[in-house]
Amino acid sequence: MQHLRKVSPLVWLFAGIAFPFVISDPTYTTIAIFALLFAAAASAWNIFSGYTGYIALGHAAYFGIGGYALAIICQHWQIPGGYTPFYLVPLCGLLAAIASVPLGAIALRTRRHTFVVITIATFFILQLLSYNLRSLTNGSSGIDFPLILQWAPGFYNLPFYYVALLLTVLALGVSWFVRHSKFGLGLLAIRDDEDRALGLGVRTGSSKLIAFVISAFFVGMVGAVYSYFLGSVQPSFTFDALFDVAIALMVFMGGIGTLTGPILGSLVLESSQQYAALNFTQGSGGLYLIMYGSLFLVVILLLPQGIVPSAKALWARYQATHTASVLPDPSGSGGANPVARSAPGDGMGLATPREEAKA
Amino acid sequence: MNLIIDAVITGVLTGGVYALMASGLTLIFGVMDIINIAQGALVILGAYFSYALEQHLHLDLFLGLLISMPTMFLLGVLIHSLFIRPLKQDRTMLSILVTFAIALIIEGVLTILFTTNTVQLQAPYVTQSIKIGDFYLSYIYLYGFVLSVVLLAALYFLLYRTRFGQSLRASMQNRTAAELIGIDVNRISAITYGIGVALTAAGGMAYGATTAFFPGSSYDLISRLLAIIIFGGMGSLSGALIAAVGMLVIEDVTAVVWSPVWASTVFFILLVAILILRPQGLLGKLEGRKQ
Repeated sequence: MQHLRKVSPLVWLFAGIAFPFVISDPTYTTIAIFALLFAAAASAWNIFSGYTGYIALGHAAYFGIGGYALAIICQHWQIPGGYTPFYLVPLCGLLAAIASVPLGAIALRTRRHTFVVITIATFFILQLLSYNLRSLTNGSSGIDFPLILQWAPGFYNLPFYYVALLLTVLALGVSWFVRHSKFGLGLLAIRDDEDRALGLGVRTGSSKLIAFVISAFFVGMVGAVYSYFLGSVQPSFTFDALFDVAIALMVFMGGIGTLTGPILGSLVLESSQQYAALNFTQGSGGLYLIMYGSLFLVVILLLPQGIVPSAKALWARYQATHTASVLPDPSGSGGANPVARSAPGDGMGLATPREEAKA
Repeated sequence: MNLIIDAVITGVLTGGVYALMASGLTLIFGVMDIINIAQGALVILGAYFSYALEQHLHLDLFLGLLISMPTMFLLGVLIHSLFIRPLKQDRTMLSILVTFAIALIIEGVLTILFTTNTVQLQAPYVTQSIKIGDFYLSYIYLYGFVLSVVLLAALYFLLYRTRFGQSLRASMQNRTAAELIGIDVNRISAITYGIGVALTAAGGMAYGATTAFFPGSSYDLISRLLAIIIFGGMGSLSGALIAAVGMLVIEDVTAVVWSPVWASTVFFILLVAILILRPQGLLGKLEGRKQ
């Protein structure tokens, strides 16, 4: 069992690397690229919202900044299409992160609902700016990325696929690192009881802001790659309100505050959504919205804890009844769920902040 | 100068309509501690309701409200009992997601029924205007404002002069204590949600008569409504009224003296500036520790 836990991430990584060779049909690699990009974004969103319990619904703003940054840089310096824009992706993430410092600092002065609403407001401000700052963003007609003429159709998706995979692995790695650091423990303490965490010496203000900036950094990079893959940026697509809801839904579906939940949720949701979009193109988008909304309702009302925590609870129950000795929690993901304080075990052998506070 | 005065007058009149829509939102927040993201979509639903009544039954817009408001009230009660009441843990956060999902479903249904083409409500008084002094005022702005004032007055009466209002305000102040003294908070919540949604029917009619709309207009609306209730202080009714009128006046004046393109940006930037100084909004209470 212990060996399995150590080996399984490598198995998944290998499967991820091998995927485009096994299934080389561009239709499916395109779906995989979108799914992986969302997995990276959801994982990054989870570093802030999942661990601190502050639900940010404005990360589309940083997604948009990343996308626009890359488009503007490419246009301004006349960078040819190809590999070069990929090297600029971290810079775009950095710009998104820089923008998130003041915006996050303002939003984090408030708590709970007011925070959520302010993050939504920041998103709308930036979307308005992308419409209005015509000299920089070219208004509602947007900016096109340089065409990549030298890549053959069969090859085109591969670089994007591996960049998306790299982003996902990086985001997951940072998420794992945060989850296992003292900093991450502080974030979880904020989620459980912010005032008490402050009383116990957690630097709540700076911790929240750092987590916010980290997540904005990754979401910005995802935005850059995503927009480059689509080939253009436009205010309504690059700053998309649905993006906010989509990553929140993915994280909730997989299990908020867990390590693997966001990845699982986004792979399942985004690939099924892309598949549906490919195969049910009829209807003016209304049906799609209804399906999406209904799925959302079902997930929240029936599986409020998400797939990973629910599966863990089931597995724990199975083990308790089928084996004499109860092993420690076997699945690789950690993290207690905010809506499931009574869930058995934390999976990491870490004391929950609440227990620590009592001690 | 005349243009500015004109902008201020228009701002106050449309601000009244926004106050009506925002009052439902802030009321729901105050009683239930949830943010009804679906409010924007419900306003558009109300507008389409009036549109359908006017197109198919040839009902006058204001008479149509006699049908649409009770129907929307029942819809609100239904949404509350089906989707919001079942939320047990972490309801504040989950309710945001649930109401967002409801907004998406409403948008989807409206897209299928009415397509994404923009429409505007038609009535004789929509295009006619009245001359007061040097200013031409469209009748619909005037009527919409009067409607908002009447409904807000009725809401005020309900909240501060009836027994139901007492229970509602008690639930707003302390949900647990209200339950302890025998107030059926779930019933109050359902009715409050219904009232909030019924108000969107009226607000939607006034909105749809003054602005061309389509199912996706809800995003713009909800961002403005949310901005209004944060500006005014979440849960404060009078704050929402001041903020709504203030916002529309600022927008209209900016549109005249600077450029219409920047009108809403200026408002949002002002909002951020105010939040830096007063995170709780104009008349909001600072959030203390929840028990």
